[in-house]
Amino acid sequence: MRFLTKLALAAAGLTLTLGTASAQTTVRWLHLEQNPAQVKIWEEVVRRFEARNAGVKVEMQFLENEAYKAKLPTVLQSRDRPHILYSWAGGVLKAQIEAGVLEDITTGVGDYKNKLSAGAVEAFTINGKLYGLPYNVSQVGFMYNKDLFAKAAIDASAIKSWDDLLAAVKTLKAAGITPIAVGGQDKWPLHFYWTHLAVRLGGKPAFEAALKGQNGGFEGETFLKAGELMKQLVDLEPFQTGFLGFKNQQALGYFGDGKAAMNLAISHHSATQRALAADKKGITEDKLGWIDFPMPAGGKGKPSDTLGGVNGWIITKGAPKEAVEFVKFFISDEVQRDLAKQNFIIPTFKGAEAALSAAFMQNVARNIAASQYHQNFYDQDLGPSVGRVVNDATAEIAGGSMTPKQAAKAIQDAFKQGN
Amino acid sequence: MSQHSAAAVIRGRPAAPGARRRATTDGQLGALLLFLPPALLLFTLFVVLPIGEAAWYSGFNWNGFGSPTRWIGFDNYRFVFDTRGFGIAFRNNLLIIAVSLVVQLPLALTLALLLADKFRGSVALRMLFFLPYVLAEVATGLIFSFIYDGNYGLLASVYRMFGAEAPHLLASPQTSMLAILIVVVWKYFGFHMMLFIAALQGMDRNLVEAARIDGASRWQVLRHVVIPLLYPTIRLSVFFAVVGSLQLFDLVMPLTRGGPADSSNTMVSFLYNNGVSRMRVGYGSAIGVILFLICVTFAITYKRWFMRDE
Repeated sequence: MRFLTKLALAAAGLTLTLGTASAQTTVRWLHLEQNPAQVKIWEEVVRRFEARNAGVKVEMQFLENEAYKAKLPTVLQSRDRPHILYSWAGGVLKAQIEAGVLEDITTGVGDYKNKLSAGAVEAFTINGKLYGLPYNVSQVGFMYNKDLFAKAAIDASAIKSWDDLLAAVKTLKAAGITPIAVGGQDKWPLHFYWTHLAVRLGGKPAFEAALKGQNGGFEGETFLKAGELMKQLVDLEPFQTGFLGFKNQQALGYFGDGKAAMNLAISHHSATQRALAADKKGITEDKLGWIDFPMPAGGKGKPSDTLGGVNGWIITKGAPKEAVEFVKFFISDEVQRDLAKQNFIIPTFKGAEAALSAAFMQNVARNIAASQYHQNFYDQDLGPSVGRVVNDATAEIAGGSMTPKQAAKAIQDAFKQGN
Repeated sequence: MSQHSAAAVIRGRPAAPGARRRATTDGQLGALLLFLPPALLLFTLFVVLPIGEAAWYSGFNWNGFGSPTRWIGFDNYRFVFDTRGFGIAFRNNLLIIAVSLVVQLPLALTLALLLADKFRGSVALRMLFFLPYVLAEVATGLIFSFIYDGNYGLLASVYRMFGAEAPHLLASPQTSMLAILIVVVWKYFGFHMMLFIAALQGMDRNLVEAARIDGASRWQVLRHVVIPLLYPTIRLSVFFAVVGSLQLFDLVMPLTRGGPADSSNTMVSFLYNNGVSRMRVGYGSAIGVILFLICVTFAITYKRWFMRDE
């Protein structure tokens, strides 16, 4: 039966590709979005774009996240490469630009970039040239379950310092509540702790110095301290039992089922936890709260500094100019508002954030707007190789198999080896 | 790429000498000229060239974009041996081989001896034991990740029946490998059992009967007649078990992805995690070459020493 369905799909796909051959221009667009509700909106956007631009056809292609990362170098160097690709900016983007596989779209975009959030556009600007456009931003912080906090009599708004967080974890444990759910098998949810502590402890200057190899690089004081503070938390055993075997999705489901009080999440996970909860409702809007990542004592970073992602679309070399037009349309006021209205993303189009309907996401949007230092995820920013070592090493701090010192050394060693 | 190539080399070997002998004795040069080039072409294209390429890439620091330019000699090999995870992966491969030989093969042999004779239900039981082998590796991995789940899994409910808290086998560096070994044995013993059953059914029954008439006990028949007659199959089975163990990958990924803390990586999953997903083509190629050398050395030595007569 399934085989037949696949066959039918393949046949349908074939007729579709044959159909596109008759159009004058085809724009191939490769995306990673798995949420069917969001893909449906995107398909609608494609239809609208095609209706307004006669003779242009947009072909949507999909790859799963990990598969995409593994295939990317091959995909980019093939003759049939997609024209529009998903990107997290950072070190991977730099490697692609160095390899000369991306198109400089500075003139194609022109003044349009001024309509988007400047900080997000910055992430796709290398050496003064623009290679892509950002379509959403996100922030990392603690989602918390208001019911469970009330049960343990904790005032979430009073959690400002790292010690406050540690105290809250102890109180939750004493009340018999699992303080934090984390997807340790995926490792990157654990690297948020270490990274965000580093952002708080050293701010932008510490990260930039480490990139230049100054102050001991990633073995320096800031990063060592980040590991030690993370260890303080880990020693309290704040995570659910068996957290190293949980994928992020499972951990979000666990949080959505109300089994843990907190989750250090990317802002749009507030929607994901609902989809992944057993009852498909998860923690509802009125029960879900947000705590900004707390400030450790003596931290040199600003409390307004944020850690999070900048996601966008990059254009590959030799793509037709319609590809840029489509991306501009995709990141236009109306489309951004549509996505924001359902709280799927924090939009990058200036003013579109007004359409966000959930207080939770509005708050995050305000945070990002007020931030003067928005640090991209380390595992993207440092490139695939060093980034993965950060993930590995921080997961080992959490598992107790590496000391903060060993972890910092592993990261610095990888950084010296380069990509 | 190269771990598959290694397998192809090994699988390709047994046929070659026999084919050559037949062709020369029959003097069918025409057949040789007709059939050899396509095979040789495919073999070169998909086995020899990729191995050569991997060896070439392993000398570069290269992320897969453009063509490799930063030659670093044998540094990648040094990096591989310096990585703690590689030692663990190598040890895990040895562990899988050991368990395959010490647990899996005796289990398969015992079941084969019990099920080789025709009796009511024997075919059904054979099918039942063989079924895990038919399942796709990734599907098996996913099924067992649900079974092992410490909160909702089958194992957890069994523990709960006895009022105990279930362990999270996949989440601890101490038990992750054990969990994988259990799945390996469960999945592949049926295959070896089938090999043994086929051999037992092809065996000359007269020898067993003769031994019986001479007054040998059941155990003596087994020990001195049946098992010696099974030696060729046992040798083959050991060969498959070892090569299969060296290449184990697709069961590991859905279960643990090699974690926690590299504790359950095999050499191939280590290659994937550290080479492919980090875009370190040179480093990954170096692991591939090391794995290839291990496989080839084993295959040739084993053939020379144990499978000379076949």
